[in-house]
Amino acid sequence: MFDFSIVTQWFDALLRETLGLGDFLSILIECVLVGTAILVGYALIACVLIFMERKVCAYFQCRLGPMRVGYWGLLQVFADVLKMLIKEIFIVDKADKILYLVAPILVIMGSVGAFSFLPWNNGATILDFNVGVFLLTAISSIGVIGIFLAGWGSNNKYSVLSAMRAAVQMISYEVSLCLCLITAVILTGTMQMSGIVEAQTGPFKWLIFQGHIPAIIAFFVFLIAGNAEANRGPFDMAEAESELTAGHHTEYSGMGFGFFYLAEFLNLFIIAGIAATVFLGGWAPVNIGIDAFDAVMNYIPGIVWFMGKTFFLVWILMWIKWTFPRLRIDQILKLEWKYLMPMCLINLVLMTVVVALGLYIK
Amino acid sequence: MNFTLLITVLVTALTLVVAAYIVAKLIGPRSYAKVKGEPYESGIPTRGSSWLPISVGFYLFAILFLMFDVETVFLYPWAVVVKDFGAMALLSIGFFLVVLVLGLAYAWRKGDLEWK
Repeated sequence: MFDFSIVTQWFDALLRETLGLGDFLSILIECVLVGTAILVGYALIACVLIFMERKVCAYFQCRLGPMRVGYWGLLQVFADVLKMLIKEIFIVDKADKILYLVAPILVIMGSVGAFSFLPWNNGATILDFNVGVFLLTAISSIGVIGIFLAGWGSNNKYSVLSAMRAAVQMISYEVSLCLCLITAVILTGTMQMSGIVEAQTGPFKWLIFQGHIPAIIAFFVFLIAGNAEANRGPFDMAEAESELTAGHHTEYSGMGFGFFYLAEFLNLFIIAGIAATVFLGGWAPVNIGIDAFDAVMNYIPGIVWFMGKTFFLVWILMWIKWTFPRLRIDQILKLEWKYLMPMCLINLVLMTVVVALGLYIK
Repeated sequence: MNFTLLITVLVTALTLVVAAYIVAKLIGPRSYAKVKGEPYESGIPTRGSSWLPISVGFYLFAILFLMFDVETVFLYPWAVVVKDFGAMALLSIGFFLVVLVLGLAYAWRKGDLEWK
């Protein structure tokens, strides 16, 4: 597989040796470039996802979706973003102004932070800590605080109710999310994102093949819990339009609202991306042990595999969203605490037994 | 370099939000009216503050979450070494898991997992 770290190392050498810049200056330039790359990727993927959601939703409901702006409605999202950007940012009189302004920052921080953990290609992981998955769950849960502050700071009855619902739902589902990741970590033996993917390269080494029954259970539980964590699909109690208007972002206007919208879509992508990385092998291609077939598959760049798997999962999550009716809050909590959590704990023990007895595909 | 990058990522997020706020402040329209400053409650005049006492059910789940989230934190380092320890790994974590499952069973028996 093509190793992207060759490019980064070449660039680092170019700055330090060929141009003769100092330590501080070259690191500064690299950091600015990484930041720009994150922003561009974040914005682009958000646009693609918003357009995809509108089209997928439309086709599930036998409509056409946006068709007027640009060919096949392709420029609709850009028009929306532009509109949002030039709207007034307005704060309600009684709102807690500091919390109100800080909330979108926290939401975006959680979302961008988790986004940077995704392994795009061999050697192209921005944040590659040895405690990767663990830190990822820690950073992504900053978003809960942001949503809670937004609802509480708005001083609106709908928002406060929505904030409480969102908080209780997101923290509940975080437990099974973590337990599923731990189940995967048992098999890979590392928490590093690149290490997890490397453990899955080779014939039938994707985690859902390698760990068969417990890994497949963990994969499905992860998708359900992740969907709830992203406040989407049948779990969108927090912003149930028919009862709470827009939920925690009722009082936000313009880009303030835009950031919650952006973070929601990106969280969907991040959940799909983590699921693809941890259970479906990230950038690792399909290998079946036949040389000719494997060689052809290895020729396809890693980023294509990663994006393909992720967008496939995104599409499945959208399918779920537009098919199932919304759950009530007691059903949501019952599903987590009485079904998914005990299932995850049993699955964890099952996976430990499988690994301890060496029953996984080596 | 790792932690420099983590800070870079967080600063990037901060910059994105602050820059968008500044752009909106510069080019967005501005107007003010007494009614515009009221919270939106579907057209009905607002009564009192929204910061009211909330159902205790939410806090019960928050406490349960605290218990199990700390559990998952303890499980991560164990999960990394399961492959090296083999069957011993299951024995060593068994007691810990049993205590936790008993905790969950207790909460279940007491009816704390019901939404009231």
